[in-house]
Amino acid sequence: MAAFIVRRAIGAVIVLFFVSVITFLIFIVVPGGDPAERMAGKNATDENIANIRKTWGFDQPVYMQYAKMMQKVFTGDLISYSTQQNVTQEIKRGLPATFSLAIGAAIIWLSFGVLVGVISAVTAGRWSDRTITILALVGISMPVFWLGILARYYLGPEKLGLFPDGQYVPLTQNPIEWFYHLILPWFVLAVLFIGFYGRVLRSNILDSINEDYVRTARAKGLSPRAVLRRHVLRNSLIPIVTLFALDFAGVLGGGAILTETVFDLNGVGQFAARSVRNLDLPPIMAVTLLGAFFIVTFNALVDFFYAYLDPRIRPS
Amino acid sequence: MAERLLEVRGLKVHFATEDGLVRAVDGVDFELDRGEVLGIVGESGSGKSVTALTILGLTRGVNARFEGEVLYKGRDLLKLREEELQSIRGNEIAMIFQDPMTSLNPVYTVGDQIVEGILAHNDSMAKRQAKARAAELLRGVGIPNPERRVDDYPHQFSGGMRQRAMIAMALANNPDVLIADEPTTALDVTIQAQIIELIDRLKDEFNSSVILITHDLGVVAEIADEIQVMYAGRVVERGATRPIFYDPQMPYTWGLLGSIPRLDKPKTERLHSIKGAPPSLINLPRGCMFRPRCPHAFDKCFEEPALENRVEEPGHLDRCWLSVEDKRDLREATIHGELSAA
Repeated sequence: MAAFIVRRAIGAVIVLFFVSVITFLIFIVVPGGDPAERMAGKNATDENIANIRKTWGFDQPVYMQYAKMMQKVFTGDLISYSTQQNVTQEIKRGLPATFSLAIGAAIIWLSFGVLVGVISAVTAGRWSDRTITILALVGISMPVFWLGILARYYLGPEKLGLFPDGQYVPLTQNPIEWFYHLILPWFVLAVLFIGFYGRVLRSNILDSINEDYVRTARAKGLSPRAVLRRHVLRNSLIPIVTLFALDFAGVLGGGAILTETVFDLNGVGQFAARSVRNLDLPPIMAVTLLGAFFIVTFNALVDFFYAYLDPRIRPS
Repeated sequence: MAERLLEVRGLKVHFATEDGLVRAVDGVDFELDRGEVLGIVGESGSGKSVTALTILGLTRGVNARFEGEVLYKGRDLLKLREEELQSIRGNEIAMIFQDPMTSLNPVYTVGDQIVEGILAHNDSMAKRQAKARAAELLRGVGIPNPERRVDDYPHQFSGGMRQRAMIAMALANNPDVLIADEPTTALDVTIQAQIIELIDRLKDEFNSSVILITHDLGVVAEIADEIQVMYAGRVVERGATRPIFYDPQMPYTWGLLGSIPRLDKPKTERLHSIKGAPPSLINLPRGCMFRPRCPHAFDKCFEEPALENRVEEPGHLDRCWLSVEDKRDLREATIHGELSAA
């Protein structure tokens, strides 16, 4: 157990190191990436630029710049090039919105995804399955920015007025408004995942329904419901766990850029998108590492959880 | 006279597929009395497993068509509702499957899977009590340290032990009929004999009757009272075990007998096999089903022979037009492979 944690922790550090190096290098080679020129503005003199280079340390060797930046990441002193704001503070400001969006949407997409997958598998070939299949494909194919804007326009104050027009209200400030404001973003973000999970689960169930042990369970005299729940679903859900953990980690780490932006939630994803537009390395670095951290952590959690779900891979 | 447990009358099981109607079982009759062991023998696709699964209602589906009757203690199982069948499955009629490697769910302990079967038919029983019963059953099938092994997962059991666990699971509710569908096919030869002996011993202990399905006549030789040979969804020969081995009437049975490796006969070049493949169950041949592969087929064989008694021995039925005298002459040669080139 301890060995497992230590091994995964070392692995995580290595992954994060490479992610940071790659992010840094991309920024160095990208055209127009020189932060000094961008900071100095359009009509800057050479002297001006040289000055900025000196104060921000852009004249130092690349590896020194990298080391300095990494140091600041860990001390929380990272300053944005474009806004001169403290990056850690900005991310902290965005996290409640991002976490609220991720957790709520995850609950919705997981429960609806499983429900849709089960219904579709159990009624495979019948009209309910066909309808679900079509809806799932529509859901998967619909771009979030398009669906989000439609939802915001038609259900928001502009037309039907059922929901508020985007924005995030902190949970601590007003829980009801928090919930009310998040309903649309949750569902818009969840639609794609519901369709996808439903399809994956459907095929997993149809595979395991033909397993010999399912036949054994039926021959024992279990009710169809017990067979489905204890033998078919239990085993079909194992691969869904991996999918879910990685998708959830991605959204937690600011991956729901489009949803956050369409509904103007001012979360980490929207912050990242703004920083990318400005070629602003410090926040990009911080958000990328945050996302990578969540992915690595959830990956380790999945492996850990798998041993619980499947006794065959449990160390004896 | 022993109690009649099961009576199958004119059973037909057809499946509608995209390629056409598959006649998996096409007219099967047999009866099973308490304490009796019936061996059903045939190649893959002869309909033996479908017959067994149909008894338990496990072949039901939108594409399946049934005809005939499966009477268990006088009730027609084909007509029972699904819930009524559930109370019979695993309780009065239990089944053991071919591959113990895949027949147990890998994510539950062996004990849990036995307990599940016990509790499905005993609502009032406490879980702890059911678990004690599971351990007792495992001891009964020869698993050492059963109190500890009930908490093991299937992957911690060897193949032979898993099949023993499957047998324990099947016997959990003291069934009247135990259907064993190729219980030894996936096992090592040394384990095969042990499993067959175990089934033979337990059927007396539990006062059950057994339907033993196999493609290997050698497996049923020891324990079957009666043997029924199936080919292309029909019964082609039936009789008590001794006459089937010593006075087989159907050339197909001869072929099956000839393909058992024997140590007591001089070694022939290679093991005898029946030439050709079983017919497609969608396009059945005209006349006798075995005609296209039969080395002794003649004109008459284009007409299908009925399953009837053609020898002095009562109860020994077969579907073959050859005269009893011709059969005696041709038989030895066929069984020993000399005529295989014919």
